[in-house]
Amino acid sequence: MNPHVILRVVSKFLIPLIALFAFYVQFHGDFGPGGGFQAGVILAAAVILYALIFGIDAAKKAVPPSAVRIGMSLGVLIYGGTGVATWLLGANFLEYGVLAHDPSHGQHYGILAVELGVLFSVASVMVAIFYAFGSRQPDLTDEDW
Amino acid sequence: MIPSVLILDIAIMAMLVVVAFAIVRMRSLFAIVMLQGVYSLLCAAWFVSLDAVDVAFTEAAVGAGVSTILMLSAMLLADRQSKPIEMRRQLGPILVVLVTGAALFYAIPDMPAFGAANSPANAYVGMDYIDRTADEIHIPNVVTAVLASYRGFDTFGEVVVIFAAGLGVLLLLGLNGNAGKWRARPNGVNVSSAMLPSAQAATGESVESLANKQSTEIPPAKPNAAKPKKEASKATKGGRS
Repeated sequence: MNPHVILRVVSKFLIPLIALFAFYVQFHGDFGPGGGFQAGVILAAAVILYALIFGIDAAKKAVPPSAVRIGMSLGVLIYGGTGVATWLLGANFLEYGVLAHDPSHGQHYGILAVELGVLFSVASVMVAIFYAFGSRQPDLTDEDW
Repeated sequence: MIPSVLILDIAIMAMLVVVAFAIVRMRSLFAIVMLQGVYSLLCAAWFVSLDAVDVAFTEAAVGAGVSTILMLSAMLLADRQSKPIEMRRQLGPILVVLVTGAALFYAIPDMPAFGAANSPANAYVGMDYIDRTADEIHIPNVVTAVLASYRGFDTFGEVVVIFAAGLGVLLLLGLNGNAGKWRARPNGVNVSSAMLPSAQAATGESVESLANKQSTEIPPAKPNAAKPKKEASKATKGGRS
């Protein structure tokens, strides 16, 4: 029987809340503290906590390494793509005002897109680095510590 | 009457100093990594008391959360105890620390008071951003406006830096931790690419049997080690395709 019953039960309850909090930080970033960086790291922390409690193989089933690899580049692509989109609409790179009829709405859309790119990139890179290091360890028992 | 925030600040600062001295005096790397997490969390608490909530968020999540885990997983591939360094070789670092500390104390009187209206942080573009955000961007959080819109290029650069860092780690270590053939010896126990959980799934051998095999025969006998390694590299290819 696994000795970490309490850890498992508590983290099963906590991990969805941590992920939810990450999205709150992401999408409430316009109004309160937070944004893509913070949300990305919190989301990655949820995945890493899952990997710590249930094992890295279970985490890789939930968040496959290929998805992590794609997410890394997708984030940069979304950010850069927003800049290219404003280019194509006739403005400067990352000048969001042209994304909508009302310039302030354009700013909102631009910030939303850019923060989404940051979220993807940061969360994926954090999980990727954790996978890279974590997969190098053979399984540990409690006595190893 | 002393303001309560000042008491809190002093208490947090004192705890930071205590944790820093505890880290310096310790030899067990596991405890040091944990105390570094504590240090980051205290920093985050202090940032909140300075009203820098965005920074506090980042510090708590990156400093106390993710980097602690990364340090732990790096430690597991190295030794768990740091070796004591003889006094003679510590003199240079102590000198550097003392001189830097003295210079910082010397600079303190020149700093503007916390929250001073004419401090450089509040005087030039900072004020401008605060004035213009409400008209131009229509969002209440000036930090987000500066980060994503006014300083969008900087943030793009940061994202690319993070991406490059992740890419570098993946190129060196591989996403599944088994890029190439490698060997580490944490605490005198051999760990190699053939012993990974991903490699075991292919060979069907348990960690213990491999660990025994490798620790009893140092250097490990070639014929024994070669076979699982070959299958491990197969597993690597399979995992990547």
